[in-house]
Amino acid sequence: MQKRTLLDGKKFQITIKRLCHQLIENHNDFSNTVLIGIQPRGSYFADRIKQELSEILKNKTIRKGNLDITFFRDDFRRKDGIVSANSNTIDFIIEGCNVVLIDDVLWTGRTIRAALDALLAFGRPAKVELLVLIDRRFSRHVPIEPDYIGHQVDSLDSQMVKVSWKETEGEDKVILLSDRNK
Amino acid sequence: MAAEKLSTRHLLGIKDITLNDIELIFETADNFKGVINRTIKKVPSLRDITIANIFFENSTRTKLSFELAEKRLSADVINFAASSSSVSKGETLIDTVNNILAMKVDMVVMRHPYAGAGVFLSKHINAQIVNAGDGAHEHPTQALLDAYSIREKLGEVRGKKVVIVGDILHSRVAISNILCLQKLGAEVMVCGPTTLIPKHIGSLGVKVEHDLIKALNWCDVANMLRIQLERQDIKYFPSLREYAMMYGLNKQILDNLDKEIIVMHPGPINRGVEITSDVADSKQSIILDQVENGVAIRMAVLYLLASQRD
Repeated sequence: MQKRTLLDGKKFQITIKRLCHQLIENHNDFSNTVLIGIQPRGSYFADRIKQELSEILKNKTIRKGNLDITFFRDDFRRKDGIVSANSNTIDFIIEGCNVVLIDDVLWTGRTIRAALDALLAFGRPAKVELLVLIDRRFSRHVPIEPDYIGHQVDSLDSQMVKVSWKETEGEDKVILLSDRNK
Repeated sequence: MAAEKLSTRHLLGIKDITLNDIELIFETADNFKGVINRTIKKVPSLRDITIANIFFENSTRTKLSFELAEKRLSADVINFAASSSSVSKGETLIDTVNNILAMKVDMVVMRHPYAGAGVFLSKHINAQIVNAGDGAHEHPTQALLDAYSIREKLGEVRGKKVVIVGDILHSRVAISNILCLQKLGAEVMVCGPTTLIPKHIGSLGVKVEHDLIKALNWCDVANMLRIQLERQDIKYFPSLREYAMMYGLNKQILDNLDKEIIVMHPGPINRGVEITSDVADSKQSIILDQVENGVAIRMAVLYLLASQRD
C-alpha cells in the first residue's frame, strides 16, 4: 500500500481558514445561513468550520446541524455492508435559509445527491451550496460540483482518500492510498 | 453499537432472533422515529419493494401500523383480508400466497389464526415473511414495540421488572413479550386467574402470581392484556364482572401502590374490564406511545429485512 500525503500540518490549517474566508465573502454574518455536515465524517469537518468561523467573526451563534443520508441512498439492497444509520440533529428550521452542505471527500457525487433529497424532508432552503475538503476530480457519476474546495486531486477508482481529524484520530491529515498491485 | 445485519431472513418470532438483532432493530427504530416526526414523514428506501399484507384474522392497529410503516418507506403495498377473498371458497394457504407472489411480491406480512403458519409459509415460498401474529404462538413486532416503549420511558430494559396480567393462555403477545424481555435482561412475572395461566409457563423462567396487588407492588411496568373472549371456547372465569373485580386495574389500586408504575396495553382495550378509563388515559399509561412506536419498530424491521439481499 502506497501513501501520499495531500494535506497536513500548517497547510491543513491554512486550507480551513481560506474556506472560512470564502464563506464569509458570500454569507456575511451567517444570520440567514446554516451549516449542515453530512454524517458521519462530514460532521467533523462542519464542526471545525463552525469553530473557525466563530473565531473569525466573534460570533458564537452560527447554526450547524448533522444530516444522515442512509435512508436516501441509491445503493440500498445493491451493496453489502452498511445499513445502520446515524442521527440527524437539525434543531432549526431550514425553510428559506441558505444551506452550506459540508462533506470531507467528494467522489462520485452520489452522497450529495442523496443529501439533497434528505435535506428537502426538513423544508425548502433558499439556496444550497456545497463545501468539500477534498474534490476527487473527473470521477463524478452525477452532475454535481462543489462551490468551495479545500484541495483538488486526480485519482484512480482503485485509490482511496483518507481524512483524519485531530478530535477523533489525533492528527489533521489527508492521505491518498494506492494499492500497488492494481 | 449492534451488528449491522439481522441474523435472520424472516421475522417469524422473537424465539429465532438474537439480542444483537433486537438492539439493531431498536437503534434503527430510533432513526425512524426521527423520520416520522418530521414534516415530510417519508423516505425512499424501499421504493423497489412490493409488500403484501395478508390478514386471515381481524386487526386494526397492527394492520394500519404495518401499512403506514410500509408507505413511509415508499414500498408498494397490497392488502388482502381473508374475509373478502377466495379463501372462503376453499383455497389453501399456499395456493393463496403463491397466487399473490405470482404478482411479484417481495415480502409478506401475515396474520393467521393458526400457530406456525408463518414458519410453514417460509419453508414453501421465496418471499420474506414477517409474522404479524399466528394463533396463540407469537406476535414479534408487538413484543419489540412494547420493549422499545419501556426502554424509551425508563432508559433501559435490563434489570426492570415487568408483570404481564390477564389472559396468558390465549395470548401470543404474552409469549413474545416474555421471550423479548428476557433476552433484554428484564425480570418477567405473569399474573391472572389459574385457568388463564398455562400449566408449564414456569419453564420459561417467569414468576407466577395470582394476586394482582402483590404483582403490581413487585413490578416497574404492568402490561395489561385483553381478555380474548373470541378465543375462549369454555368458561375460564365466572363472569367478566368478577374478572374485572379481581384482575382489573383501576385508579384507586394504582394510587395506593408504594411506587409509580408504568401501565401498558397492547390494545384493543376492553375499557372497564382489564383497565378502567381513568387508568388508560392517565399519565402513567404509555398506551398511545406504544402505538406511535409501533410504526417506527415496523419500519425498522421491514428496512432491515429488505436490506438482506438474496
